[in-house]
Amino acid sequence: MSAPLYGLVLTGGRSKRMQRDKAVLEYAGRSQLERAMTLLEPLVERCFVSTRADQQNDAQRAAYAQIIDQLDDIGPMAGLHAALHSHPRAAWLVLACDLPFLDAATLQQLIAARAPHRLASALRSSHDGKPEPLCAIYEPASRATIDAWIAADQRCPRKFLAQADVQLLTLNNARALDNVNTADEYQQASQRLGGQALRPPQTLTIQYFAILREQAGRSAETLQSRAPDARALYEELRTLRQLQLRPEQLRVAINDAFGDWSQPLKAGDRVAFLPPVAGG
Amino acid sequence: MSGFSLSASAIDERALRGELFDPACGGYVCFEGWVRNHNEGQQVTRLEYEAYEPLALSEGARIIAEARQRFGVQQLRCVHRTGALALGEIAVWVGVAAAHRDEAFRACRYLIDEIKHRLPIWKKEHYLSGDSGWVNCERCAAAASDPHDHGAAHAHGAAPELRRAAPGDRHS
Repeated sequence: MSAPLYGLVLTGGRSKRMQRDKAVLEYAGRSQLERAMTLLEPLVERCFVSTRADQQNDAQRAAYAQIIDQLDDIGPMAGLHAALHSHPRAAWLVLACDLPFLDAATLQQLIAARAPHRLASALRSSHDGKPEPLCAIYEPASRATIDAWIAADQRCPRKFLAQADVQLLTLNNARALDNVNTADEYQQASQRLGGQALRPPQTLTIQYFAILREQAGRSAETLQSRAPDARALYEELRTLRQLQLRPEQLRVAINDAFGDWSQPLKAGDRVAFLPPVAGG
Repeated sequence: MSGFSLSASAIDERALRGELFDPACGGYVCFEGWVRNHNEGQQVTRLEYEAYEPLALSEGARIIAEARQRFGVQQLRCVHRTGALALGEIAVWVGVAAAHRDEAFRACRYLIDEIKHRLPIWKKEHYLSGDSGWVNCERCAAAASDPHDHGAAHAHGAAPELRRAAPGDRHS
C-alpha cells in the first residue's frame, strides 16, 4: 500500500537571478503560484505552498495552506524537509513554481510511473539527462536519508537524487520542465505562452486594405489564432504574410469600428489593420 | 440619411447641390476635390481610391453629425469616390447650406479636413513613369510618429492637397 500523495509548490526561493518574486510572476494573467496550484490540486489528496517564515503573510501565498520552512538558507531542500516532517506518512509531489510550461499530462506521467518502494520518482531532464528534483515525488522513506544529507551539509537536491534509489522516467513532453530564472527567460517564456497555453485557438477574419492588401496578396482571410489581442495578432500576421508596415503606423478596427491594440479578441471577430489614410 | 456616402461612379455635383436646397438657407458653400496631374514632383496619370466601406460610412456620418452640432448648419452632404478616377474627376464633394455664410464656410472646411484625416480611405497614385504608390504609406516607413496624426502626416510631406476649388466659390 503506497503512501497518500500530497502536493507541495515551492515558493521560498530567493529569486536572485530574476530579482523578483517568481511565485507572483504572471503568464497569461495568472501567477506562477496559481498556475502550479491549479495543476497540482486535482492530482493530489492535499496541496500546500512551501514558504519561508517571512513570506507567510504574503497575500498570494496566504490564499493556500502553507508549510513553513524550518531551516534557513539551504535552498529548496528546506521546503521538502519541512513537508516530510510536518506529514511524515505522506509522499510529496514537489513542484518548483517557475515551470511555466509544465502541463497536467507531465504530472500524470510522473504519478502513473511512481515507484512507492523507492525513495523517489523523478523525470529526467531533457537537457542533461539528470533527474529533475523539483518536479518529483518523494516517498516518506526518503525523510531519514534527506535529514542525513542536510546534516552532512549537502544542499543540492539534484545530487541527492543522482545518488539515491530513484525511479527515473523520460519526459514525454521534452519542454515541460524548462524553467525560468532570469528576466530574459521570463520575457521569452511570456512571449511563447502569450496567453496561449490557456487559450484555445479561435477563428478570426482578417481584412486587408490598400498597401497591406497588396503585401498580403489577399483582401481577407479567415484563420485560427491564439493571439489574445490585435497586437499579438499583427505580430503573427507580419511574419505569416510578410507585412512591411510597423504597428505604430497602423490603426486597428474590430468588427467595423475603430478598436484598440490591446482590446481582447473573441471568436468570430473581424479585424482590420488600417494603413495611414489618404482620403480627399 | 446620414449625409455621407461613397460612390463607385462619377459624382453628379448638380444633383447634390439640388439636394441641399432649403428655403431657410441664405448661404451655400461647396468644396470639390479634383484629381490633379501632379503630386510631390511626380506626374500623376490616374488615381484609385479604396475604402473600408462600413467603417468609412459610420465615421463619415459621425463627422457630419459633429459639424451639424458644432456649427448649427441646416444642410450637409458629402460624397467620396471609390475605384478608378481620371484626371479632373471629382474625388470628394462636400456641400453645406446654412442660414448665413459664416457657419456654412466653417462647417464646409471642418468636413473636408476631418474627412481627409479620419476616413479609412486610401489613394493609390499612378505616375507617368509607370510607377504607382499608396499615398502616405510608401514613404512613411521611416517615420516614427503616428502617421494618423494630422501634423505628422504633413511633417513627412505625404498629405497631398487635392483642393483646387476654393471653398465657397459657389456661395450665393
